[in-house]
Amino acid sequence: MSAPILSVRDVTKRFGGLLAVDDARFDVLPGSITGLIGPNGAGKTTLFAIIAGFEPATSGTVVFNGQDISALPAHVRALKGIARTFQIVQPFAGLSVRENIAVGAYLRHHARGTALEMADTVGHQLGLGAMLDQPAGQLTVAGRKRLELARALATKPELLLLDEVLAGLNPSEIRDMIPLVQAIRAGGVSILIVEHVMQAVMSLCDHVHVLAQGRIIASGVPGDVARDPRVIEAYLGHGAAARMQALDPGGAHA
Amino acid sequence: MSARPVIAIAVATGFLAVLPLVTTTNTMLNFLSFAMIITIAAQGWNILAGFGGQFSFGHAVFFGTGAYAMALLQVRFGVNPWLALPISAGFGAAVGFGIGYLSFRARLRGSYFALVTLAFAEVFRISANAWSFTGGAAGVLVPLKLDAAQMQFADKRAFYWLALAFVAAALLLTHHLTRSRFGAQLVAVRENEEAARALGVDALAVKLRAILLSGGVTATAGCLYAQKFLYLDANIAYGTWISVEALLAPIIGGLGTVFGPLLGAIVLLGLGEITKTLFSGIAGGAVPGVDLVIFGILLILTVAYAPRGVLGLLHGWRLRFAARKEAE
Repeated sequence: MSAPILSVRDVTKRFGGLLAVDDARFDVLPGSITGLIGPNGAGKTTLFAIIAGFEPATSGTVVFNGQDISALPAHVRALKGIARTFQIVQPFAGLSVRENIAVGAYLRHHARGTALEMADTVGHQLGLGAMLDQPAGQLTVAGRKRLELARALATKPELLLLDEVLAGLNPSEIRDMIPLVQAIRAGGVSILIVEHVMQAVMSLCDHVHVLAQGRIIASGVPGDVARDPRVIEAYLGHGAAARMQALDPGGAHA
Repeated sequence: MSARPVIAIAVATGFLAVLPLVTTTNTMLNFLSFAMIITIAAQGWNILAGFGGQFSFGHAVFFGTGAYAMALLQVRFGVNPWLALPISAGFGAAVGFGIGYLSFRARLRGSYFALVTLAFAEVFRISANAWSFTGGAAGVLVPLKLDAAQMQFADKRAFYWLALAFVAAALLLTHHLTRSRFGAQLVAVRENEEAARALGVDALAVKLRAILLSGGVTATAGCLYAQKFLYLDANIAYGTWISVEALLAPIIGGLGTVFGPLLGAIVLLGLGEITKTLFSGIAGGAVPGVDLVIFGILLILTVAYAPRGVLGLLHGWRLRFAARKEAE
């Protein structure tokens, strides 16, 4: 097995008395789509912020491509090849879609011409071709999610952290978005995805880690994890797994 | 596409350059020269606030540093003004970097940053007023030596053209900013600092570069002021008036645009001048502060009805006109 592109090692994060992330450890393998799931308030977004360099961990290390990046600021991590999207989309509202994507492209292209060219290419790739000259503030929710993705992709990342890119989309928009994420992986980018839309997690992810109350409670392929009693209890409450077992002893609906 | 703004800059500069050939009255020349100085100061503020979103309330600190350095280098050290000007602009940039380093590293934003810049300007004003090196309350007088080599001109038009050349340079610099990587990153920081950082923008470095540039440009305006009036004291150089005019002009003209400060300075000072003349006609003597009342009213009107300034208003009208033409 190849070495992981990202290793989260014993990461703990405390906000005062609140233990948001408790000794989390997991890997992301190169070329994979790895899911990070868990109930609301489990610490997924905090963990993302730690990986991307927006929050310092209280203890533990983040290793990217074999290098300890725990002390690096966010913009240096971006330069090393980690890009992230935000759960609450953060477009540069006053700029056009093209200019938004160009900010990402400028990371590796210093000339305006090549940066804008790259912005056009990435914009078309993500289905924003017709909207490149529109102000980003005028995009629909689905458009903003695509823009979020496009901007991150324009930085030419090796690892893409997607924080609920499907949240707030309707089923048909989700269906349109899933192939985009798959195409990004096919282009050689490893992806770590936080997602609540289970249908998407099941169809996209090679591997899933489940976070509950700050701890990784299960890891594995999506099908196995969804049947794990600890995971069911984390989502549905104590005793839920036993009751489901009693209702459906064959496990046919798992 | 890239040539259009450059042509617009050339046309505007050309138009302003021929004005003194048409009107040769002293009042008009003084007004134009002063408007150019304010434009440069305002362009400096516009770089930091209009493009970078960091609203300073104390750009007097840069203006005054430029003005004092320009005067003192000549009076105390006998430096030629043509050399003193770039050195003084450098001082302004250095002060900008210093203030930026202290406040941006402490993550000051919004009104907190505005208050800190105001405080810095006041500290500089009080110090300059107290220190004997800067002439204390008596101020500094630059000896009159009418000689182009001393940047003092017998023909008032020459100084105006010199100031205009600096305005043109400031316009070109800002235009370049709108098309550069640094400019794109600066605007990204203005729009959303978190998102910019996620895309690899070193927000602190970008803001420091912006305040350095801003300080240098506004200090250049201070240099020109010192050289035009050949006298300054702390309340002139570091006074709140220049902080206010440096921010009013871009807000009225169009924040974060290349031409906003120029347009705003001319509208602002023009209306101020007209009101002063009108009121002294009515009241039978000068009414001090009347122009400030007009500035206040203008600011309220702009914020209420034209948040994107005169340029935004013009742009809106052009779009509506084009739409009507299309409908016909």
